[in-house]
Amino acid sequence: MSISVKHASLAGCCRAVATFVVICSAWPSLASAQNEATPAFKSVDSIEARVQGCVTCHGQSGQGTNNGYFPRIAGKPAGYLYNQLVAFRDGNRRYPPMNYLVAYLPDSYLREIAEHFAKQRPPFAAKDTAPADAATTTRGRSLVAAGDASTGIPACIACHGGGLTGMEPGIPGLVGLRSNYIVAQLTRWRVGERHAAEPDCMKRVATRLSDSDIMAVAAWLSQQEAPKNPSPESSNLVRMPFACGSQR
Amino acid sequence: MWQPTVNTMRFGMRILSVLVLLAVIAMGVVLWMQPGALPVNPNAVPANPTTQVIDLGEYLARAGDCVACHTTPNGKAFAGGRPMATPFGALYVPNITPDDETGIGKWTAEDFYRMMHTGVSKDGTLLYPAMPFASYTKVTRDDSDAIFAYLMSVTPVKQPNRPHELQFPFNNRDLLLGWRTLYFKEGEYKAEIAQSAEWSRGAYLVQGLGHCAMCHTAINALGGSSESKAFEGGMIPNQNWYAPSLTSNREAGLGNWDIKDIIDLLQIGASHRGTTYGPMAEVVYNSLQYLSDDDVKAMAVYLKALPQRDSEPPPTSQARLVNPAMMETGRKVYAAQCAMCHGDEGKGNPPAYPPLAGNQSITMASPVNSIRMVLNGGYAPGTKKNPRPHGMPPFSHILNDNEVAAVVTYIRVAWDNRGTPVAAAQANELRKLLPE
Repeated sequence: MSISVKHASLAGCCRAVATFVVICSAWPSLASAQNEATPAFKSVDSIEARVQGCVTCHGQSGQGTNNGYFPRIAGKPAGYLYNQLVAFRDGNRRYPPMNYLVAYLPDSYLREIAEHFAKQRPPFAAKDTAPADAATTTRGRSLVAAGDASTGIPACIACHGGGLTGMEPGIPGLVGLRSNYIVAQLTRWRVGERHAAEPDCMKRVATRLSDSDIMAVAAWLSQQEAPKNPSPESSNLVRMPFACGSQR
Repeated sequence: MWQPTVNTMRFGMRILSVLVLLAVIAMGVVLWMQPGALPVNPNAVPANPTTQVIDLGEYLARAGDCVACHTTPNGKAFAGGRPMATPFGALYVPNITPDDETGIGKWTAEDFYRMMHTGVSKDGTLLYPAMPFASYTKVTRDDSDAIFAYLMSVTPVKQPNRPHELQFPFNNRDLLLGWRTLYFKEGEYKAEIAQSAEWSRGAYLVQGLGHCAMCHTAINALGGSSESKAFEGGMIPNQNWYAPSLTSNREAGLGNWDIKDIIDLLQIGASHRGTTYGPMAEVVYNSLQYLSDDDVKAMAVYLKALPQRDSEPPPTSQARLVNPAMMETGRKVYAAQCAMCHGDEGKGNPPAYPPLAGNQSITMASPVNSIRMVLNGGYAPGTKKNPRPHGMPPFSHILNDNEVAAVVTYIRVAWDNRGTPVAAAQANELRKLLPE
């Protein structure tokens, strides 16, 4: 249920119920039919009201929507989200609907939007329904957990965290993403369409992945259950296999 | 060797303090006798005339929005290279940093003024009218010199200009002679005696550096805009936004707007009557937000006073007839997706959420902008006076062509709006375009 979901983070159960009742009486249509992709907020002068421009694709709390491609952004590190918003604004990351939306927004506001979604902890959506074959899944799990020493591919968990929830300040979580989104991003990185701050560690990884590796990693990642602790790990430069500009 | 003793030092100090005291008294007497000589702020650095001219030039370059075209996204300021799509092919905007080889480092203020005033480059080539010299010709020599001084002060960037990629026959610059005969009238702005100084300042900025006519006057098949149709609105070539008429109260005519709302729209990007998106948001973001309150007010005064004329009659009641099923679809979509922000009665919550009822930009003849907003959403520009603007989400992945047409039709005819219905095919055409 959308509204109860939205207030799951409130401290007390009673308070959540009370809020739920208030909202139901104020906007009955919201409580009955509408979903997380529909505009909703309490006060016009709030960050929630200001980020309504994001919700039809990324959901009210950044949890993503049922609609195919759009990624979950909730709980990703604020530094990562901010870097993406700036890259979309400046054209360093190309996706026309995003480039258009944030084209004329100043740094300070993009930072605020990033911090807002980084703080959200909405539940994870149901995982992808079409599971891959056993060989693909095995290969995917192996790349994520251990990498492939023969081709110099480090394990995803080395940077994206043991729970794959990302690492502060600039590495995104990978759980809760759909396989078509992961495939598209890895492919763009490999062909040089997507970049990160130099030294671009993800480029070093992506250029070592084959097409089937990418499919395998994406398939396995998209099948994972919601993590117990969705927060990104704290910065841990010692452990990382490559130097990453976005961690500075 | 003589060594200072404690005694001699004390004696010296005593003499010194007496001297200092005398000097202070003497200075006090002098200042008391000549109060005019007292500096207002003894720490103030005297204004450097060169710096002042450069500062003025920077301000005027903002008013002219030079940076918007002469900088590639994320590129070095004024280094050029940005492709400008035109119906005749791509133009690549030149480097105007003071680099001797690839920029305008060897230009003189005279060369620069000639270019601004006549559209002729230093080497004698005729400029394509993507450079708004038909507007910049109105800029005074002093202002042109200030802009030149500013451009000479920015960091030179060595970046060779990229040749234009114009189709035949437009790659032949001789054709520009014909274009200039038809559409170019050289001459600095002359203040009209019957008008106030404020109006004149506004006219100078709107007609000159602001080059508003580049979008708000229809561009014909030759890429020219007719002076007799000035500010009557038109589609912006290759951007596929409609720049509304500034002379029609049925479009963006400002005749019945409060001055405050016009000022807010121009300088803040959002007002109680409407909000800027798309190309106008870019103008506010890069240019207008930096203009002084006085200059923006002058522009508002001039725009409000533009003579009102409509290029076409209002739609007949026949043209406004809406299929009831479409109206019902539109009403349902509106209630589900739009009413949360824009309200059941279309009053919005301005300036956060613009009103739709009574909003000329919703009901004007061209529905292009409304359809685009429903498809792609949009954020008002983040400006000094509104750094955290509200935004509208895209609905292109949620609503089909029929639903887009229905909801746009609904907002064009609901309440007391007197627009005309929109067809699904129009939504489909705009859906094929990339948002920009």
